[in-house]
Amino acid sequence: MSDMIVVQDLVKNYGDFCAVNHISFTVTAGKIFGFLGPNGAGKTTTIKMLTTVLEPTSGKILVNGHDPTRDQKQVRRSFGIVFQDPSLDDELTAAENMDLHGALYAVPKSERVKRTQELLELVGLFDRRNDFVKQYSGGMKRRLEVARALLHRPKVLFLDEPTIGLDPQTRNHIWGYINLLSKEHSVTVFFTTHYMEEADRVADDVAVIDHGKIVAEGTPASLKESTKCATLEDAFIALTGHAIRDEEASATDRMRMMGRAWRGSGRR
Amino acid sequence: MRAIYILCARQLKRYVRSPARIVGSLGQPIVFLLALGFGLGATFAKAGAGNYFNFVTPGIVAMGIMFTAVFSGIEIIWDRQFGFLKETLVAPVSRLEIVLGRVLGGAIVAMIQGCAVFIVCLIFGFRLEHWAMLPVALVFMFLISLLFTSIGTAIGSVLQDMQGFPLVMNFLVMPLFFFSDALFPMNGLPKALSAALHLNPVTYGVDGLRGALGHAFAFNIATDLGVLVVLSAILLSIGSYLFSKIQL
Repeated sequence: MSDMIVVQDLVKNYGDFCAVNHISFTVTAGKIFGFLGPNGAGKTTTIKMLTTVLEPTSGKILVNGHDPTRDQKQVRRSFGIVFQDPSLDDELTAAENMDLHGALYAVPKSERVKRTQELLELVGLFDRRNDFVKQYSGGMKRRLEVARALLHRPKVLFLDEPTIGLDPQTRNHIWGYINLLSKEHSVTVFFTTHYMEEADRVADDVAVIDHGKIVAEGTPASLKESTKCATLEDAFIALTGHAIRDEEASATDRMRMMGRAWRGSGRR
Repeated sequence: MRAIYILCARQLKRYVRSPARIVGSLGQPIVFLLALGFGLGATFAKAGAGNYFNFVTPGIVAMGIMFTAVFSGIEIIWDRQFGFLKETLVAPVSRLEIVLGRVLGGAIVAMIQGCAVFIVCLIFGFRLEHWAMLPVALVFMFLISLLFTSIGTAIGSVLQDMQGFPLVMNFLVMPLFFFSDALFPMNGLPKALSAALHLNPVTYGVDGLRGALGHAFAFNIATDLGVLVVLSAILLSIGSYLFSKIQL
């Protein structure tokens, strides 16, 4: 089996603060890989570096054999991503969001239409394809984002907390598609989550990151065994401790609050 | 090219779909047009300077364009906030294509808004001397749109959130509008004000528009075009550069 993602000695510093501290891991092609850690552990920072939107301070990354700092376009063609926060255009319809994505990824028009139908049917949104995304619920948006991330047939799918804030039905559906993709279409999946029970159920391999360092990796079973815990959640607590982590509110979070106030007033 | 086209089309779609924004953006220019255009008309005519309503129309059109264009550029902040920016930044297209698509889309939107303001001016009594010059006026409207969308894009790439927006409007866009020839003629001004007018790109934009719409040019068409083209190119470059430096 070949490696879809290779990370060697990766570091990201923000001034004096070390967000990611000399981490190394590999993700085997076709596997579902869970990247676990408490808030502020460095999960999202790592995903940003893997997906070309953040420059590493040092270290080496290969995604599908390409270096995100040098071969940005090859890397970008190789992956699809569902971000932690929504990244849809609310003022467009679901079908238009899909079409725009296809155009950005140079998928031919006829193929775009065909795949949009297939994928929207897969996530159960085909009937609502001409509705504006602003009318969608959180769960529908997430399903649409999963469908969109698959439109250009990526080799690897990044999911940053794909099930956060969703009801059990939607969570089950989403993991259902992800399993299907992995097993039937051999898409490699790299996800983060805070739901250890989900990670235990779907991940082939996991790595636990804390304070910017990888503290454990292996199969969920091997982690439970090495920590002598019955559940992955207990194993996770055993590895990362009981202290509650505070994450700084990002500028984006603060602005989202403002945005609601501003938008409402219809200011230009 | 495909990316530029699709992002440009997206801006237009969003604009056409929010009639509230279109109508809302007409409010400010209309208030200026009616209050100043009719309010100062008698004084202006008594001073022997002609029809003030006709004089001020190009300035009001420029105003409509400037505000819409800066806002279109600054919309990057909204897209950052609502997440759509990420979708474009991880796509296999260059930042330059993204920024060109955005700026072009924003500029076209601003130009349409300028046309809407112009139609309002026609309804309230503006007299166009030579319809054949209308294409020249459209060129100037597009250049003003391009210049200010580029400025908005540059600012939107640097600002992290919307908190700085009133700062931009009150300390950049408003002064650029008021310290130009939009509302008053250039002759007989105090030296400092006259100097400010000469350094202000809006002055050249309004002058070009005014000339094309049937008044005398204060400079000449070549100077006006030259200043706008060169400044638009410079600001578009700065905007593209700053946009290329955005990290998530």
